Amino acid sequence: MNLNRNWWKYILGLWMTLVIVGAFLYAPPAKGLGETARILFFHVPTAWLATIAFLISAIYSILYLRTQDLKHDVWASSAAQIGLIFSILATVTGSIWASKIWHSFWNWDPRETSIFILLLIYAAYFALRSAIEVDEQKARLSAVYSIIAFVTVPFFIFIIPRIYDSLHPDPLINAQGKIKMDGRMQLVFFNSLAAFTLLFYWMLRIKVDAVMLKLSGKEETL
Amino acid sequence: MFILKVFNILESDKLNGVHMFEIHADQIAQKFNQRIIFRDISFKIKSGHSLVFLGPNGSGKTTLVRVICQLIRPTKGKVRFFRNDEEIKQDQIYPFLGLVGPYLQLYNSLTALENYEFFAKIRRQPVDVNHFKKLMGRMGLAGREMDELRTYSSGMLHRVKYVMALIHQPEILILDEPTSNLDEKGAEIVYEIMEEQRRSKILIVATNEPEEIKFGEEQIRLAS
Amino acid sequence: MAKNRFGLLRSAHIVFQKDIHLEFRTRYSINAILMFAITTLTAISFSIGPMNLRSEVLSPLLWILLFFSSMSGLSHIFVREEEQQTADTLRLVTSPASVFLGKWFFNIVLLFGLEVIIVPLFLAMMGAGVEGIWIFLLILFIGSIGLASVATIIAAIISQASAKGALFAVVSFPISLPILISGIHGTRLAMDGVQFSDCLSDLQVLISFSIVIVTLSLLLFEFIWRK
Repeated sequence: MNLNRNWWKYILGLWMTLVIVGAFLYAPPAKGLGETARILFFHVPTAWLATIAFLISAIYSILYLRTQDLKHDVWASSAAQIGLIFSILATVTGSIWASKIWHSFWNWDPRETSIFILLLIYAAYFALRSAIEVDEQKARLSAVYSIIAFVTVPFFIFIIPRIYDSLHPDPLINAQGKIKMDGRMQLVFFNSLAAFTLLFYWMLRIKVDAVMLKLSGKEETL
Repeated sequence: MFILKVFNILESDKLNGVHMFEIHADQIAQKFNQRIIFRDISFKIKSGHSLVFLGPNGSGKTTLVRVICQLIRPTKGKVRFFRNDEEIKQDQIYPFLGLVGPYLQLYNSLTALENYEFFAKIRRQPVDVNHFKKLMGRMGLAGREMDELRTYSSGMLHRVKYVMALIHQPEILILDEPTSNLDEKGAEIVYEIMEEQRRSKILIVATNEPEEIKFGEEQIRLAS
Repeated sequence: MAKNRFGLLRSAHIVFQKDIHLEFRTRYSINAILMFAITTLTAISFSIGPMNLRSEVLSPLLWILLFFSSMSGLSHIFVREEEQQTADTLRLVTSPASVFLGKWFFNIVLLFGLEVIIVPLFLAMMGAGVEGIWIFLLILFIGSIGLASVATIIAAIISQASAKGALFAVVSFPISLPILISGIHGTRLAMDGVQFSDCLSDLQVLISFSIVIVTLSLLLFEFIWRK
């Protein structure tokens, strides 16, 4: 029974293993960037999920404001928390890559700046939450902040790197709308993206269930 | 042309005459830190009637008053206002509401007159100094119009709150602990105001004083 | 509908007038923000003024000065209402939108007032020349509106939290960054005296970001204001 419900977790373990092996052994090195480009199989999915997490957080914040149901706040804050972890991972993997290719861990490239600001926003989100005593008020005010912050994000991700020159390789979808990867790289990359997304979902569910459990112990239902 | 005129007269007659106001509270419930303060509160009240909220400390009288005045949104349920059976939109209720409560403060660094000017203007009332002086006189505060409120005693502050709540002759007057902080004379004036209000308008009082409970034709008892 | 909107602006104007009146009586925000700015300016000028700095350094210094000065005074507009328990009274008499607009306008006026004093003082004390004075003023003008908009909505949020003073700068900073980055970049170009078209992208960010923040604030303020 237990094994039945959790079958996908075992599949995920196998899948992630294959992705890791594929990233190092199967995919060829990229033109111009050499072996270091292999980090893209891990760096891009984490950055992608950091953004997705903040989208989820903003959507549940809107839902909270509409319904005042604390369950939505649990989803919003949990997604922000997992998103924070993934944006830290994206920052660290990016920084390691930068140290090899640009010979410096940190040099305020617009894309480094963007992800760092993202980190700041969500650190501020949790600072705000910890300063409010009443649960409903905490949920309401942090939902408003989450929505404002999310609307700020496109300004960093899209506008600022376009105004100021960046050395960062083209994002996944570049101006020409074409993917500059060969077939084997693409295969590993999209598998990695999908596997990471599933992993993210699993982490988010664990967090949400844990908070809900704490909540249901305290909550009186109407 | 002629028919139109008759219609206009009828319309204006209705507008100039007595308005019927009504409050409907439908199944309101409020949670605070996930604890239920109260639930399933429903009532209807019309102009010319009065209502009292009773209950021990911590039973949520003040919270209920604040929900009705739209200072907080209820976790569940709805409070609606009607004028002549027509629903008043949420952002148009302000000119009809008056509230006095210990948690509503006025601007302490402004004088009573300056406070009056602000509250009259924001409620779209003409600024009429004579009317204001009359109200101040009625509350026993004549001569203090030009003093900043921070020089007032707490009892006097409570009296000024009545002045500010009454400048627009509100159709709906809500009083939370109406006579706390007031001396005997002050309480008497307040009872007079309550008597007047419930005669043709709506009066809602949250209290535990036996003297004041008498003013409510109907009671809502909140359990702790 | 048209009458309704006019009513909103009138209420906002009355709230604004009340706040100006209160401010002139107590002078809390003006004192805090001006003294903070002058103290900081003195510290900057005293330590690095004689160095004959280039626009790459002067422009960020000016914006850092403006940002932290605003952080010292612009939250007061909401914090005052909550601390003196007049917020509920205000909630009772007028709509959330008119409160937001009145207080937003107050913060803009306060920030402009600060800049009229502090910007000429900054340029004089640092010995900085501005080549493109009109572009410089335009960027400062739009940047300040953006900064005041962010400060107003965040002030409304933090006025209901504890540890308001420290929290205000922490929470405002990431949201203000699009303004700071574009403002710093544009101001630098203006000081060096470039063509208007070179500053256009910065102006676009400043204008679009301000519009987005104000629109969002008007949509969301009701949720902050009504508990």
